[in-house]
Amino acid sequence: MTDFLFARAQMGMSLAFHIIFAAVGIGMPVLMVIAEGMHLRNGNPVYLDLAKRWARGTAILFAVGAVSGTVLSFELGLLWPKFMEHAGAIIGMPFSLEVFAFFTEAIFLGLFLYGWKRLSPVMHWLTGLLVAISGILSGVFVVTANAWMNTPVGFDFVRGQFSNIQPIAAMLNPAALHEVIHMTFAAMVATGFVVAGIHAFFLLRDSTNEFHRAAFHIGAIVGCVSIPFQILSGDLAANRVAKYQPAKLAAMEAHYETRRGAPLIIGGIPDDEKRQTRYALEIPNGLSLLVGRDPNTEVPGLDQTPRDEWPNVRLVHWSFDIMVACGMTMFGLALWTGARRWRKGDVVKSKWLLRAFVLAAPLGFIAIEAGWMVTELGRQPWIIYGVMRTCEAVTPMKNLVIPFTTFTCVYLFLSVTLVFLLKRQFLQTAPPRDNQTQ
Amino acid sequence: MTLENLLAVVTLASLILYALMGGADFGGGVWDTLALGPRARRQREAIADAIGPIWEANHVWLILVIVLLFTAWPRAFAIMMTALHVPLTAMLLGIVLRGTAFVFRKYDSKRDEVQRRWSRIFGISSVFTPFVQGLTLGALTTGAIRVQNGTVTTGFFAGWLTPFAIACGVFALVLFAFLAATFLTLDTERDSEVQNDFRIRALIAEAALGPIALVVFLTSRAGAPEMYRGLTNWWAPLLLAGTSVFALLVLAALWRKRFRLARVAAIGQVTLILAGWSLAQYPHLIYPDLTIANTAAPHATLRLLIIALGCGAVILLPSLYYLFRIFKGEAAERNSTD
Repeated sequence: MTDFLFARAQMGMSLAFHIIFAAVGIGMPVLMVIAEGMHLRNGNPVYLDLAKRWARGTAILFAVGAVSGTVLSFELGLLWPKFMEHAGAIIGMPFSLEVFAFFTEAIFLGLFLYGWKRLSPVMHWLTGLLVAISGILSGVFVVTANAWMNTPVGFDFVRGQFSNIQPIAAMLNPAALHEVIHMTFAAMVATGFVVAGIHAFFLLRDSTNEFHRAAFHIGAIVGCVSIPFQILSGDLAANRVAKYQPAKLAAMEAHYETRRGAPLIIGGIPDDEKRQTRYALEIPNGLSLLVGRDPNTEVPGLDQTPRDEWPNVRLVHWSFDIMVACGMTMFGLALWTGARRWRKGDVVKSKWLLRAFVLAAPLGFIAIEAGWMVTELGRQPWIIYGVMRTCEAVTPMKNLVIPFTTFTCVYLFLSVTLVFLLKRQFLQTAPPRDNQTQ
Repeated sequence: MTLENLLAVVTLASLILYALMGGADFGGGVWDTLALGPRARRQREAIADAIGPIWEANHVWLILVIVLLFTAWPRAFAIMMTALHVPLTAMLLGIVLRGTAFVFRKYDSKRDEVQRRWSRIFGISSVFTPFVQGLTLGALTTGAIRVQNGTVTTGFFAGWLTPFAIACGVFALVLFAFLAATFLTLDTERDSEVQNDFRIRALIAEAALGPIALVVFLTSRAGAPEMYRGLTNWWAPLLLAGTSVFALLVLAALWRKRFRLARVAAIGQVTLILAGWSLAQYPHLIYPDLTIANTAAPHATLRLLIIALGCGAVILLPSLYYLFRIFKGEAAERNSTD
């Protein structure tokens, strides 16, 4: 592997690791605020207990997110100095706003986690609310910067020079809106389903446990309410990608040949040489319908893009299919849950539904990782889409295998430790089997 | 004042605040490693209680410095990240291990060997990171990093392996340890034995700072001539006098157990030290090729950045004040039962 590939691998690995904690940092505060809000409203101690237990897990995850985010802010320059040299002045704006959002999140999280006895209940709940709001905002700003890499605007690019820089226009780039919506809902869906899944696991052992019932309900409601919006926002995203990054859309759909009545290709093995996808499930006119709302829409294929500007079609297509499959599965589960609730009332009594939630627990995070792969791998070979190639931006530093290996080992070690610690934290503090949770 | 100079002042202020807050958290880790005697456990607990609620917020100052650098001086940022790739990557490892080991220790088993393992990682990374931070800042001043046509011509090992940079690293480490010990005397008001432990530690660290500063100054003659020249400027004696007054005030206040006064004086001392370094460095970001003016981003970016900073400060400063009032104010000392 070349140093360039190690640089990409290190960046990708750092992001894949960080995105989990970033999503938890957006989702968990919302869940905690709901739980504590329920306690404020009805005085039921189970909800207070819940908020406190969730807070302990969030404390661990947030710390890992804070330090892995710091690593990323440096890696932008350490690995891609030429990119930052030109992009810094253009997209520094959302990053500086993100710093303040993150500052606010860190400050009020400190108050939330350590201030149970020092703040009045309402004040404490308000600090939680501020954590949730600033967590969402901080995600919004970072995603805006990423969106600019996909649909760069707000500058003139003449003979290799950037001029006439307009940071606000760059921030409000065409991909910003759909990326922001899609990522925010993704965080809610992923957190909601993983929380619901964990507590469903405990409810299968003891379906009357008030604590796990409350926890499961909050997680499931956040997840199930968010997933339809997430699918709608995904449709919006696909339409905008079709318009602004046709090569990425073509790679997502393994769509080689420009044509009207383009089929939707699901799965299969894309073959760049023969420009076809073998063993795929094809839905006639599906892609044209999705992109243009009309079976006769002409959808540009990869043949419109020079061969050396194609992303890795297999990886992008498979990642895309994995993301959609996860999303649709969770949507199905949400429909089932809704139907059950509407017809029979109590969701928790259905063992099969609870089992489904346990199995669906990781789907949201798998979808986030896969969706992130679609966005980032689909942007290649560009670091600034259509303007600067990733290989032009890489650091001249040699032996990048060393930092890559080191950070991979450290992150693996942290992941294993985290799983162990969270499990320990959860089992140790898990409430007794009867309803005496306080 | 030009926009880029105004932003340079803001960046320096963020750096000073990072040293005062984030630096003191690293210093806490240093004293965690050096905790000894019959009260070692109580010392460790006091440190953990003191930095627990605030270290993540304090850490954001560093991210602010980085974002200011790459937004306002993108070219200089790219050069720094290239020429100092090795020490900065090492620093990141230190940051990751310090933060995670601290949190993991809190939530892992309370058995001694488990706690010791995390303490060791926490301690080593708390010593290592400030050292590398000082080293990196020092390297910018050495004049060893050269740039031609926007690329680094001196490779990846220039500057930061010099005696001057290493002296800066040691200085940063002891400075942060001194700050931490001084602040900790106020966090331990209810345990006078432990308070006295930190008082003695602060006195020792402050006493050590003088000779180390002298070494930095002496090595700068060969290792950072521009800084050496800067420190022999007309304002240098004033600055030196100011720093010395604060240092003596800290010593006296610690000796007489006037801990609040010691904290204020320590803050003054650290502020003057970093302000002095930046004055000696001015107008260069990386001596001698890159200056604040010749690497600045276009005016449109700088103007918006200042507006963003203004709006951000309106939200940030009251929040920060609230955080410190709750955990570090007098009310906190009255009901610090949780």
